[in-house]
Amino acid sequence: MLGVKTWLDSWPVYRQLTGSDPLGRGKAARSKGTEATVSRTATADRVVKSVCPFCAVGCGQNVYVQDEKITQIEGDPDSPISRGRLCPKGSASKQLVTSPTRVTTVKYRRPFGTDWEDLDLDTAMEMIADRVLEARRKGWQQVDGGKRVNRTMGLASLGGATLDNEENYLMKKLYSALGAVQIENQARI
Amino acid sequence: MTSVSSASPGLRGLRDVKNRLFGPLPDVAQEAGYEPDHPKRVGFFTDTSVCIGCKACEVACKEWNTLPMDDSHGQRDALGLSGMSYDNTGQLGANSWRHVAFIEQSRAVDLPMPTFGRPGDDRHDHGPSPANAGDPISLANAQQSVLNAEALSEFDPQTGQTGADKQIRWLMSSDVCKHCTHAGCLDVCPTGALFRSEFGTVVVQGDICNGCGYCVAACPYGVIDQRKDDGRVFKCTMCYDRLTDGLQPACATACPTTSIQFGDLDELQARADARLATLKAQGVETARLYGRDENDGVGGDGAFFLLLDEPEVYGLPPDPIVTTRDLPAMWKAAGKAAVMMIGVAATAVLGSRRR
Amino acid sequence: MPGLGASFGRGGATNFLEDLANSDCIVIEGSNMAECHPVGFQWVGEAKARGAKIIHIDPRFTRTSAIADLHVPLRMGTDIAFLGGLINYVLSNDLYFKEYVAAYTNAAALVSEEFVDSEDLDGLFSGFDAENRVYDQKSWQYQPEEPPNSGSDDPGEAAEQERTDQHPDVKHSDRAQAAGSGGPTIASKPKRDDTLQHPRSVFQILKRHYARYTPEMVAEVCGIEPAVFEQVAKWVTSNSNRDRTTAWVYSVGWTQHSVGAQYIRTCSILQTLLGNIGRPGGGILALRGHASIQGSTDIPTLFNLLPGYLPMPHARQHGTLEEYVADAAGKAGFWGNKRAYMTSLLKAWWGEHATPENDYCFDYLPKINGDHSSYRTIADMIEGKVSGYFLVGENPTVGHPNGRMNRFGLANLDWLVVRDLQMIESATFWKESPEIETGELAPETIATEVFFMPAATHVEKEGTFTQTQRVLQWRHKAVEPPNDARSDLWFYYHLGRILRERLKDSTDPRDRPLLQLTWDYPVEGETADPSADAVLREINGFGPDGELLNSYMQMKDDGSTSGGCWIYCGVYADGVNQADRRKPGKEQGPVASEWGWAWPLNRRMLYNRASADPDGKPWSERKKYVWWDEAAGEWTGLDIPDFEKNKRPDYVPPDGAKAQAALAGSDPFVMQGDGKAWLFAPGGVVDGPLPTHYEPVESVVENALYKQQANPTVERIPGPWNRENPSMSEVFPFQVTTYRLTEHHTAGGMSRTLPYLAELQPEFFVEVSPELAELRGLTNGEFATLVSARTAIEAKVLVTERMRPIRLRNGQVVHQIGMPYHWSYAGISTGDSANDLLGISLDPNTHIQEDKVSTADIVAGRRPRGPGLIDFVEEYRRRAGVESGRVGKNGRDPVAADAGEGSTIT
Repeated sequence: MLGVKTWLDSWPVYRQLTGSDPLGRGKAARSKGTEATVSRTATADRVVKSVCPFCAVGCGQNVYVQDEKITQIEGDPDSPISRGRLCPKGSASKQLVTSPTRVTTVKYRRPFGTDWEDLDLDTAMEMIADRVLEARRKGWQQVDGGKRVNRTMGLASLGGATLDNEENYLMKKLYSALGAVQIENQARI
Repeated sequence: MTSVSSASPGLRGLRDVKNRLFGPLPDVAQEAGYEPDHPKRVGFFTDTSVCIGCKACEVACKEWNTLPMDDSHGQRDALGLSGMSYDNTGQLGANSWRHVAFIEQSRAVDLPMPTFGRPGDDRHDHGPSPANAGDPISLANAQQSVLNAEALSEFDPQTGQTGADKQIRWLMSSDVCKHCTHAGCLDVCPTGALFRSEFGTVVVQGDICNGCGYCVAACPYGVIDQRKDDGRVFKCTMCYDRLTDGLQPACATACPTTSIQFGDLDELQARADARLATLKAQGVETARLYGRDENDGVGGDGAFFLLLDEPEVYGLPPDPIVTTRDLPAMWKAAGKAAVMMIGVAATAVLGSRRR
Repeated sequence: MPGLGASFGRGGATNFLEDLANSDCIVIEGSNMAECHPVGFQWVGEAKARGAKIIHIDPRFTRTSAIADLHVPLRMGTDIAFLGGLINYVLSNDLYFKEYVAAYTNAAALVSEEFVDSEDLDGLFSGFDAENRVYDQKSWQYQPEEPPNSGSDDPGEAAEQERTDQHPDVKHSDRAQAAGSGGPTIASKPKRDDTLQHPRSVFQILKRHYARYTPEMVAEVCGIEPAVFEQVAKWVTSNSNRDRTTAWVYSVGWTQHSVGAQYIRTCSILQTLLGNIGRPGGGILALRGHASIQGSTDIPTLFNLLPGYLPMPHARQHGTLEEYVADAAGKAGFWGNKRAYMTSLLKAWWGEHATPENDYCFDYLPKINGDHSSYRTIADMIEGKVSGYFLVGENPTVGHPNGRMNRFGLANLDWLVVRDLQMIESATFWKESPEIETGELAPETIATEVFFMPAATHVEKEGTFTQTQRVLQWRHKAVEPPNDARSDLWFYYHLGRILRERLKDSTDPRDRPLLQLTWDYPVEGETADPSADAVLREINGFGPDGELLNSYMQMKDDGSTSGGCWIYCGVYADGVNQADRRKPGKEQGPVASEWGWAWPLNRRMLYNRASADPDGKPWSERKKYVWWDEAAGEWTGLDIPDFEKNKRPDYVPPDGAKAQAALAGSDPFVMQGDGKAWLFAPGGVVDGPLPTHYEPVESVVENALYKQQANPTVERIPGPWNRENPSMSEVFPFQVTTYRLTEHHTAGGMSRTLPYLAELQPEFFVEVSPELAELRGLTNGEFATLVSARTAIEAKVLVTERMRPIRLRNGQVVHQIGMPYHWSYAGISTGDSANDLLGISLDPNTHIQEDKVSTADIVAGRRPRGPGLIDFVEEYRRRAGVESGRVGKNGRDPVAADAGEGSTIT
């Protein structure tokens, strides 16, 4: 009998007729799903502090992580610059991670090739290292216009301005040590 | 066996239905059966006078509620430019619970172009004097509008004049479910899929909705919508799940300019009244509140707006009326029938359970 | 940005976003702030709510204009005329902030007798070298003070440097940008006339230079009615005084012009005259367009700079460290410590190997000797001079003007590495680009090897961005990147590690810089991710005992300190990652100094000593910010003083004082050699000491002010793939501008690929006025084709009154077309690429392209497909009298196509 009572309580029409919601539009109408509602911000394993990668306002972001997946990115209300707000791009920034067209494996196109091929990451790194040394050698200039320049003109680089400071730093440091000078960035554009 | 009696407190309540389907209602949640200590009624106040049309609300809403793209398959050939200013969402729908409307208005003011001289130039000292150009503002006011003549009452200093020979106004407004005090969708839902939450909001329960679609026709604003590949109806929940965690809805959280404000409805109403007074004092004669009036056809909205022009200009009905307004008159007869049907329903369900 | 650097001593925004709330008037010009920086725009809203006037000056009526108090629709490319008009209005109506101008600017400085203004040479300044199209700036110099009191330690070396400064090789090497933190060097402090009456005083020169920039002239050049100009002038001047301040906000709408640096200079002059620099609610806010574009110039991956705006050594000038620092040694201002900054950088890079005996490995640095900027390099690629290219989060075939030229460049490489999140167009040019369709390129002819290396997103790695107001903010890693995706830090660290491993037995002196490089960063996790924290510590720098430095003031030139970027020294002050400070804004004052860390030394508003009068008292109670506390003997206030804390306001430098000691207690612009804001720039800008109106390179209008039509020093890169539309051509009769939309980001790789953004602006479109639509038979929602001497593209048409033709006095009607540039063929939302239409001509100061204004034709309907497109465009070129744009194999010159050197193509 108790079972039946419990079961009946879960039946909206019964609750409507016996409870305080005679029209069945509120409390009596709540479904199992509704009763079990929980915000995924509440179940996140951790909230990680980040910064939006689009424009240069630098809006603070709270990144919610559950089971090592990002479940939500929203504005960090603590930021005195953005005060928790985000524009449409910042609001969509989780899709940078989850975009259906994101490519997460190395692709290789050989000279005169007509399509992409797969390539192992370590192999790709070794191949790139080979090519850097060769290009550096080919474009090496000890002297130009009668002046010592000790550089290579065989190698150029163009970075976006979403690079971290630490990344830009290692790039400039490594390129300079290699003698490469045609090192540029979106910041020029 | 538990008995169901027509003397149950619920049915007794049915006799007093004066204001339950029409007119002001001070406490929608209590009316829906919540204990007196339920949370205060919350809502949105969308102040379109500070909206920059960025659509953060649309995206934040979709992100939080994991809504599909408009064509629901992510196929790019289904995307296309609407040609309606910067609005490519079109309207509120099952997959767009926020929609930013863009309205371009302009009117011309004809001013003579002045001249100047280049030293040693034979063009020197020709043309009309700039002194004749006159005060652009008064000139502007003297002109008839060339576009949307009816809609364009007075342009106001709040929303941008451009140059002096033409005045342009670009109105933007983020629309959303109004969470009506008397919600037609809720009143007609036969399955109890729609319900009034303890926050006073109106929410669809996906685990109940059977896709009958009665609510679609019952919404005086045309908000609630069926998802084609699913059949069920969807609309803004005012982020019911976030509210349970003490957070604001996603759209209001993101909104860069606080055009979308979330909070206790009474507080928002006071804030809106003050904002309207400020704008009026600044000479913005066209400003008005929409959905604020508790005596309107839906008993006032849980999501209301400050507009800078007639509601029609924004695609909003000027005088929405809850579709179940006349229901109370029919209710007495329906009540008797309901008791009988409940009996039938109970038998049927109990019977099915036994199998 | 040299415009700011040459004016004030540092290239960064002078103020910060939140401070806009304190403005009484905000002018947004060259920026569409509401659309491109929506969250920053909340501070404009805040100011407006407090009663500030908001003015938007822009050819287009945008979402920014929509909530401004006044929109001023000036003709594209005429901002110098408009701002020059305001300068003239301020000067001729005596509306400048007199005490401020007298004390804090170079208004009283006397300029060399040899100087001749552009007003007297019909648009050219003295010193123009017509053959090389560069200026010799000698005649722009100050008349030296007598007797000299702040000369160089090594006059001979400094003189040699000044001489070589004028060499074309050096000019083309973008020296101006090295004023990013530390103004341009000057030979000595100037002779002054404090009455400002001397005809050769900067003040009088300025007055004469702008005398013709009257409201009527503004009307003619900009298409702005005098009544509207008057309204702007009134609002700006009535809100600029002791009690009130006006802020200016700009973005790439100013920088991307052939006179971009001069746009910013004009604004700098105006804001200086109005006394708005270094004061709350004032300033010039440079809004950067990318998360760390400020960081990318501070720690530059730029050919002409080393970290901290130290110039890249130049072959003609900098054979030794001694020569490298000669221009700064002993000079006034903080640049006087250049040697300490450079030595610390060399110690950070080469550690124990850098010794006094070997010039701290100065010679390990490669030398530049010309323009090695991005576009020049693309041209070199087409000629087969470049073997390998790294694209790291950049999509030049869409994001840069003249996509066709960019693709030809890539097609002539030996190899290309693309690091990105998505398969961007710059990685697929060899099989999907428009030139594949026309037959100008084919996979079978392209030898370029392409490596696509998947990148990590911003939440999959740790590190700092430097945002628009110089604030570094640390990001924590939230999750690991998937599959082969790695951070760029990982890529460069491991590439360096492999290269060093390969060469470890080499005895070639050429390899020594690499082998002796400090490259031992701790790694963590399964993927051996290098520690960004360790890199940030190296950037901050260490003292003699390995302790983290607190300030660049601690840096020494004796090799006892190290530091990878002197202006970032202090980001790890007290051994704490200051960029990771996240004290909630609500728990702090309005300056929020405990959120992240700003360079320099966490000062949020630059030059803030100018917020007090020369005696150190606030100009007014309302605009109180930083002031002298006599009792405590120090500067204090809401922000960290951008000034030596204990230097008294009445301090006068003794004879022979050096570096900062040579600046007075009333010299707020501490990075300038004379401590002053520069109304007139004797150095630091290569195309004139004063901004002058020139028409854009591609204009439909004749210059109304001078015979000189366009910037005489503009840089061009001629070739069949970069033809220029002739100005005032009937064939290309309309002006075009490009811009962003809120819903997308730059070249689209981060937005066209995101479903929720793609659907909001789903297709490439152009915006035209109803008048132009009628003229050309264009229909809203239908296709139109745009044509230039580069190519033709098609777009859907949006007819809107927000675009407007400008009617000039002589009856000429200038039609303007708006073109967002986010699209290309890849992603969820697609279209032709706006940038394909544009050519490349460059600001000589920055090598930044003029893509905010160009010309084109527009006709109804879709463009020709296949090879027909080439003929279609060629016919336009023929009609306009432009040389042929036909190219040979892989875009090489038809003649030279088979004769390239250094390329593997046979």
